[in-house]
Amino acid sequence: MSPIDVAVVALLGGILGLDTVGFPQAMLSRPIVAATLGGALVGSAEQGLLVGAALELFAIETLPFGASRYPEWGSSSVVGGALLASRPEGEPGSLTFSVLVALVVAWAGGWSMMQLRRFNARRARRRLESLAAGNRRAVMELQLGGLTADLLRGFVLTAVAVSAAFPLQQAVLQQWSLGAPVSRAVVVGVAAGVALGATFKLFHNVPGFAWQFMVGLAAGVLALLAV
Amino acid sequence: MNERKDVPLRVRLAMLLRLLAVQGSWNYETMVGTGIGFCLEPALRLLPGGARGERYRNALARECEYFNAHPYLCAVAVGALARAELDGEPRERIERFRTALCGPLGALGDRLVWASFLPLSSVAALLAFGLGAGPVVVTLTFLALYNFGHMALRIWGLETGLRRGLSVAQALAAPALQRAPMRLGQLAAALAGMALPLALHRLIGPGRALLGVVLLAVLAAGFALARLRGRVEGWKAAVLVLTGFVLLGVLA
Repeated sequence: MSPIDVAVVALLGGILGLDTVGFPQAMLSRPIVAATLGGALVGSAEQGLLVGAALELFAIETLPFGASRYPEWGSSSVVGGALLASRPEGEPGSLTFSVLVALVVAWAGGWSMMQLRRFNARRARRRLESLAAGNRRAVMELQLGGLTADLLRGFVLTAVAVSAAFPLQQAVLQQWSLGAPVSRAVVVGVAAGVALGATFKLFHNVPGFAWQFMVGLAAGVLALLAV
Repeated sequence: MNERKDVPLRVRLAMLLRLLAVQGSWNYETMVGTGIGFCLEPALRLLPGGARGERYRNALARECEYFNAHPYLCAVAVGALARAELDGEPRERIERFRTALCGPLGALGDRLVWASFLPLSSVAALLAFGLGAGPVVVTLTFLALYNFGHMALRIWGLETGLRRGLSVAQALAAPALQRAPMRLGQLAAALAGMALPLALHRLIGPGRALLGVVLLAVLAAGFALARLRGRVEGWKAAVLVLTGFVLLGVLA
């Protein structure tokens, strides 16, 4: 990838990283959207969608409650989508590697969001007197400064991840020795297992959960047989 | 108390736009406090004396203090606090009300949005994917469904807050709103049951030959994670499993 390509992908990662919490929280940062956009930017929205759907299965269990630490899916999914879209369709190991990198970047993104929250707290502490005096400028500086820092956070995270992961992907896939069926089956099995566990964790308290889920499952299996 | 003041449409739109950035300076000390002041600011300019007046500065200082709630339902707080400030409610009453709002808005928002509506939108998009839809249809399914609910909640919150002021708690206690997380959860459970096999089938591609083994593994992993009930996060366990698998793929 050329530096310009990295910058363009990083800009998308920055914008979608900002969406996670800062602005506008429209869930453009969900994997199924962000990875598709990342893939489209590199030339294959279809490949981006594939990794986005796999990551979305992991993301079902993420509950972004206030102060808790959770994976940052926006920037990481852009990286995952861009990685898979840069490889030939169906290449053994490529989906596995893209998903793994996206999960690691999501973890790093969660850590970087915590650092940003501490940074925002330091900035707010320095302006306590101005805030207590009802100074409009202090409020604007804090808010716009926080948004800018969040955008930069996502940009830098994506740029570093893309710069490191593309050469690593090349090296890993050159050495990959397992066949396409088993490579794909493992990553999809792991993702679906996490999604199944998350569904139970989220909804087991809902009255009639087992029935609702089983009826849905039966309809899904029937649709599968029909297709 | 002053006469009830109308909030012009342009001010309400400015507040709504700012609400999209309410968490812009989120931090571990004041949480979303500064964001609440930021969103209320256009309405506070309507106070006697305008943006240079003492009432404006006092109100802005008060509204930038600690506050924590679900970001979408902050709209309810912003609307109700704007109404209270414009109606000239006593400072102590506004501060008590502000403190009392945090818990209910946080709890309702977390249950309604993060634990119900977001997973519902997610499985609806996965269902579209499993049924063979392309990138545009899948992403639009998710974004249209989610943001219809998201924006409706923000607009409803701001308007209800502005209309009801300090008595906004009655609106939050409405049975339909309290029951919504359960209803959405039931729908999400059914859609998840439908989406999972279809999405798995499309994703697995060349691995279909191993579908039986994969299904058994999925059931075992799902059961194990469900039994552990939050003690292990699935995505973290997945990082370990996939790292081992990638090493195997390279070194075998």
